[in-house]
Amino acid sequence: MDQTATGPDRIAVELAADLDAGFAALFEAHQNVLFSTALRICGRWADAEDLTAAAFLRAFRALSGYDQERIAGLRTRPWLLTILLNAWRNQVRTAARGPREVLDAEPPELETRGASTEAQAERHETSRELAALLDLLPDRQRVAVVLRYVADLPIAEVASVLGCPPGTAKSHVSRGLRRLRELQAAQVRPDDPAPQTDEEKVR
Amino acid sequence: MTSDHDPLLAGLAAMAVPAPGRLLGTVAGRWTRVPGPAGDVYVASTDLGVAYLRTAGSAEEFAGLFRARFGRPLLPAARPPAGLLTALRTGRAGRVRLDLRGLTPFAASVLAATATIPRGETRPYGWIARQAGRPRAVRAAASALAANPVPLLIPCHRIVQADGMAGGYVFGTPRKEALLRLEGANLDEVRDLAAAGTRYLASDTTGVVCFSSCRNARRITLAHRHGFASLAAAGRSGFRPCRHCRPV
Repeated sequence: MDQTATGPDRIAVELAADLDAGFAALFEAHQNVLFSTALRICGRWADAEDLTAAAFLRAFRALSGYDQERIAGLRTRPWLLTILLNAWRNQVRTAARGPREVLDAEPPELETRGASTEAQAERHETSRELAALLDLLPDRQRVAVVLRYVADLPIAEVASVLGCPPGTAKSHVSRGLRRLRELQAAQVRPDDPAPQTDEEKVR
Repeated sequence: MTSDHDPLLAGLAAMAVPAPGRLLGTVAGRWTRVPGPAGDVYVASTDLGVAYLRTAGSAEEFAGLFRARFGRPLLPAARPPAGLLTALRTGRAGRVRLDLRGLTPFAASVLAATATIPRGETRPYGWIARQAGRPRAVRAAASALAANPVPLLIPCHRIVQADGMAGGYVFGTPRKEALLRLEGANLDEVRDLAAAGTRYLASDTTGVVCFSSCRNARRITLAHRHGFASLAAAGRSGFRPCRHCRPV
């Protein structure tokens, strides 16, 4: 998935040659990044599956209307993530977001599998706490942090997905990180679902 | 600052998860080419079942048809969907799962009623319109049949004109007629009877009146057989409609 900012996008070239076979390559190359991003921005495992599938479907329908030259020139990863975020914003806009349930942000079978090692379980617990904190960030900061550190995008791609200059993207990311650190510091009990604010801690 | 030294960054990186394996199946269709009763057919299925069946000159042509109708990518299937080969051989959909999303409620009703017609029998267009709940929408019913995404599996070839002529078909009228003969439908008999003004056959031993294409009508011996041009006339003579072919 290592893509330099300037070289040709291998997947885009495949898509331009054969839309259906290229789509399989597109899916294979980017499904994990799209799903991880979807999971962190919409919180529920099932919603993340739906959102990821919807984004790929939208992408395919868009590609069906593009000419070969336009397809070959695409930077497929930021392009797909832009589609994913647009699809998510449309969903949020049409259906006012219900109460978010961070506990659902895991595969349905994970709880009953029972074979996870202690280390896995601990990592899992850490992820859950962090997910709860991430959820408290304003959307722009959360999305920026997720793109930069969960999806592991370079800042130029984060900027491309957010549709802003790199400097702005960078500041969303660093503000988001700072806020996360503050929230972590303010968290007295690790299993407390609602981290306290600074004022509450003083009292 | 790297994630090795920063637990927060390490924690964020650890939130990346692999996408569930079944995700591609919810987006893309899978195609396969299989033998049908009248030559090979291309079949596309989704995670919900068979969604599309057509003849085509090539896999690319079929993918183009599928894309135009469903707006989904189409990838090769490892194997034909369960039960498909048997269904095509026997003319009974049996355990083949179908994905009929995207149909209008009326088209769905038309196809659901069509699916009940047994091999070797035919029903007129007027019948299917009535079964679908809109007796006057005969043309609309014919359009729904013409757009049948899964011909052969939903046997739209078993809907024919009231005069016994085969009528239109997604694979052409000659193939429709060939299929019906292959299945043992009594096309010629229905035509001859219709030409003589008879659309319904009744039995004075059972007191039942049927479409002339019904398997029960075909069992009536000539000595006990009565022909009618209309169901009303048969009713006036004391015959009740067959529960198998439900004549209208």
